[in-house]
Amino acid sequence: MPFDAETLAQRFRRVAPAADHCSLRVVEERSETISVRQDQAEPVRTSLDHGGMVTVVDGDGIGYAATSDLSDAGLAWALAQAARWARLARGRSVFAGQPPQLPQPRGRYASATQRPMHWSKAERIELLMRESQACRIDPRIVDWQASLWTLGTQQMLIGADGGAPALQSFDFTIPSLHVVAHGDGVTQTRSWGGRYNGYCQQGGIEVIERSGFIGSGRRTAEEALQLLAAPNCPSGRMDVVLMPDQMMLQIHESIGHPLELDRILGDERNYAGTSFVTLDMFGRFQYGSPLLNVTYDPTRNVEFASFAFDDEGLPAERSFLIKDGLLLRPLGGSSSLQRAQRRVPELAGVATTRACAWNRPPIDRMSNLNVEPGESSLQEMIAATECGVLMKTNRSWSIDDSRNKFQFGCEWGQMIRDGQLAEVVRDPNYRGVSREFWRSLTMVGRPETVEVMGTPYCGKGEPNQAVRVGHASPACRFSDIDVFGAER
Amino acid sequence: MRDLFFELADHAFGQLAGSEVLLANFSGEATDFIRLNHAQVRQPMSVRQGELSLALIEGRRRNQASFGLTGVAAADLERTDLVLRELRRELSSLPEDPYLLYCTDAAHSERIERGTLPSAEQAIDDVVGAAAGTDLVGILASGPMMRGFASSLGARHWHQVEAFLFDWSLYHSGDKAVKCAWSGSRWDRAELSRRIEAARGQLEHLAQPARSIAPGEYRAYLSPAALDELLWMLNWGGVSAKAQQTKQSCIQRLVDGEASLAPQVQLTEDTARGLAPAFDEVGFTKPAQVPLVRDGRHAGSLVSPRTGAEYGLAANGAGEDESMRAVALAGGTLAEEEALAALDTGIYIGNLHYLNFSDRASGRVTGMTRFATFWVEGGRIAAPLAVMRWDDSLYRLLGTELEALTDAPHWILNSGTYGQRSVETSRVPGALLRRMTFTL
Repeated sequence: MPFDAETLAQRFRRVAPAADHCSLRVVEERSETISVRQDQAEPVRTSLDHGGMVTVVDGDGIGYAATSDLSDAGLAWALAQAARWARLARGRSVFAGQPPQLPQPRGRYASATQRPMHWSKAERIELLMRESQACRIDPRIVDWQASLWTLGTQQMLIGADGGAPALQSFDFTIPSLHVVAHGDGVTQTRSWGGRYNGYCQQGGIEVIERSGFIGSGRRTAEEALQLLAAPNCPSGRMDVVLMPDQMMLQIHESIGHPLELDRILGDERNYAGTSFVTLDMFGRFQYGSPLLNVTYDPTRNVEFASFAFDDEGLPAERSFLIKDGLLLRPLGGSSSLQRAQRRVPELAGVATTRACAWNRPPIDRMSNLNVEPGESSLQEMIAATECGVLMKTNRSWSIDDSRNKFQFGCEWGQMIRDGQLAEVVRDPNYRGVSREFWRSLTMVGRPETVEVMGTPYCGKGEPNQAVRVGHASPACRFSDIDVFGAER
Repeated sequence: MRDLFFELADHAFGQLAGSEVLLANFSGEATDFIRLNHAQVRQPMSVRQGELSLALIEGRRRNQASFGLTGVAAADLERTDLVLRELRRELSSLPEDPYLLYCTDAAHSERIERGTLPSAEQAIDDVVGAAAGTDLVGILASGPMMRGFASSLGARHWHQVEAFLFDWSLYHSGDKAVKCAWSGSRWDRAELSRRIEAARGQLEHLAQPARSIAPGEYRAYLSPAALDELLWMLNWGGVSAKAQQTKQSCIQRLVDGEASLAPQVQLTEDTARGLAPAFDEVGFTKPAQVPLVRDGRHAGSLVSPRTGAEYGLAANGAGEDESMRAVALAGGTLAEEEALAALDTGIYIGNLHYLNFSDRASGRVTGMTRFATFWVEGGRIAAPLAVMRWDDSLYRLLGTELEALTDAPHWILNSGTYGQRSVETSRVPGALLRRMTFTL
């Protein structure tokens, strides 16, 4: 059910009212989820979603309306509703007398897909079945599942004032696999790519091929059994080396969310929370050690949240948010930045105001948020550690509403003693406070340690929105961290 | 949307051939959202959405797809035909499903609860007016929510609830706030004003400087909202029969009879007193109640049809995720108004935040305190408490350390709106704890 962008744009402009700003964002998405659990195919799921959201600005009032009915009558309904909300909000909106200045959208983007997914559903089931069957290596393997989630998304953003429709087209591929082992009262889960879809990238079949998914079944099952036999992670203060599939979570929770400008402005205080970061800290606050360099990078073409412009139409460019440990700019797009600049006129933002679907309005998100590589090899990080734990693959995450006090857990731990990797340990956890933690960053991995990860499930907003975000990171070493294991 | 759903379903049933069976599910809403910050309007909107899901079955093969409805019959009939053709084209290439189970009864049900909901003008005038002079942040969601099921075997179910939920926080300063929610089917401006005024009155407790405490064990009281957050962790594979069968449940030791909770813990999936539909995605009717914990011991699990077929268990109307839609924890004997006095000296916790398992096998959960959380001395609020991380096990919090439950469980409508508004509800009392472990 593809939409005809030109025709839709013409029809929209024909019925759009005169307004300070009027635009239409249309999203069409096809999602297919195939899964094999314990060598049996689960029900195949296909979802075809489409619809549009109209935005109207009237003075300092902004209003939205969303519908799947993109006929003339449907567009007229949405325009009338959005205009009504904008009129009602006028004079009592957070824009406080200053009409929101939204960009004129333009441009095109398409995922750099090399091999579009052309495998039939039956062929995808065959692939997953092979990995599933490879997991069955021991009676203590009590559950296992291999999945493949593919999505194709087309987006259009047009203003009522003219110009070509701004079009973006995405292909997303998300393979995953997990294995559960149980014995002697202990249950351990080991996943490939993270239990909650950590290996997710833009692209097609090539994502599966380069990911290492093929052959992951047996390897993951063996690691689950290793964890089952492993001792509990010890407790105490020690160094940690975090691999990229844990670093992505650390970046996400303790850098990404606190830098979201709408949190800083208070919009999220009733749900996702606020931030320990305040507007006066940009350009002044030492967020982490001088080794910490964090970029917002929508230009990395395989990363999950690459795009050419955000959902308010602002062109997307790579920017440093933190350089040499110094905090420089927030994750905030046009409308939030306008509000923030009333207090800090020199504040700069990035194009990252996004919506999860056609039925939700754009808000500030983190998109691709990456830690830039450093100069240490993984071997050097291990050699520099007298006593510590190498941790892989996030399993548990919790942080306070200001994004300070966190506690994270991993699936896989391996002790480091006297600069050498030692025994595997299960249930490794660590806790800390964001700014202290990032200031304890002592080594950053070279480019060869970088992995491009992400998550399809970054949640925030009222009404709630779960969006796709990308995180590329090298392995990193942190000193003197509070580490602990399981209860028994 | 009711008539359109059944028209589309009947049309699709008319296209079936041979022994094909078709299951049709509908989910939709027409919602006005008003998002607020600093008692001003941030994002107001109207959302009309509907989704039709078709599952085509032949023998033991099943293929299913969902798609958005426009609400215009001609366009939606065309989409229905397209999707049905695609399902049929793929079906024979898919493997047989040994765990396929669906309802073959021709059962009918209908539940329609009308409400008196505010217009856009009324909602914005009332909320902004009542919040004037405060630092209010939150969201109002209002409108009908609809679910439907029909099968080519004759089953027809329709569920429609017209309701609103105003979920908001009133801030004093910094991160000190009172969290509130008001839900119902009859909008009442006077009641809204009364509730905001009552919350404003509670802000005086937050005026004092926040007190910090050292990590350790403290006597604590969990408000119904805080206990509700804790109980929802059981929905993360806790009460699921599949999770239990594969040894992944966070209450596995309870299920296996190796541990128990406090004898006053009576936990039920109480569909009859919730807002969720009383039918599942494959047409089975849900029991009015499913006992999950009785007298602190495991009493039952939520079993989806698929899990039932796989493990030889009797399905009890659970969805595929086997999570609770209508949590009910029975009240105890502590009068709610006596909770502070009974706490004496310790921590009053208004809300919990960002819970996760720190050790799932041991039922150990970590999270933060949030919003109105106070240090209490001699049964009186002494000072707001700076947010604290806690880490403790369900077997302690609902077991050895549970001193009392309050006598009047609160009815709570889940404020979740991922994809669509939630129809999940809870009835939960407050809990007085002898000790709770705070770690950071």
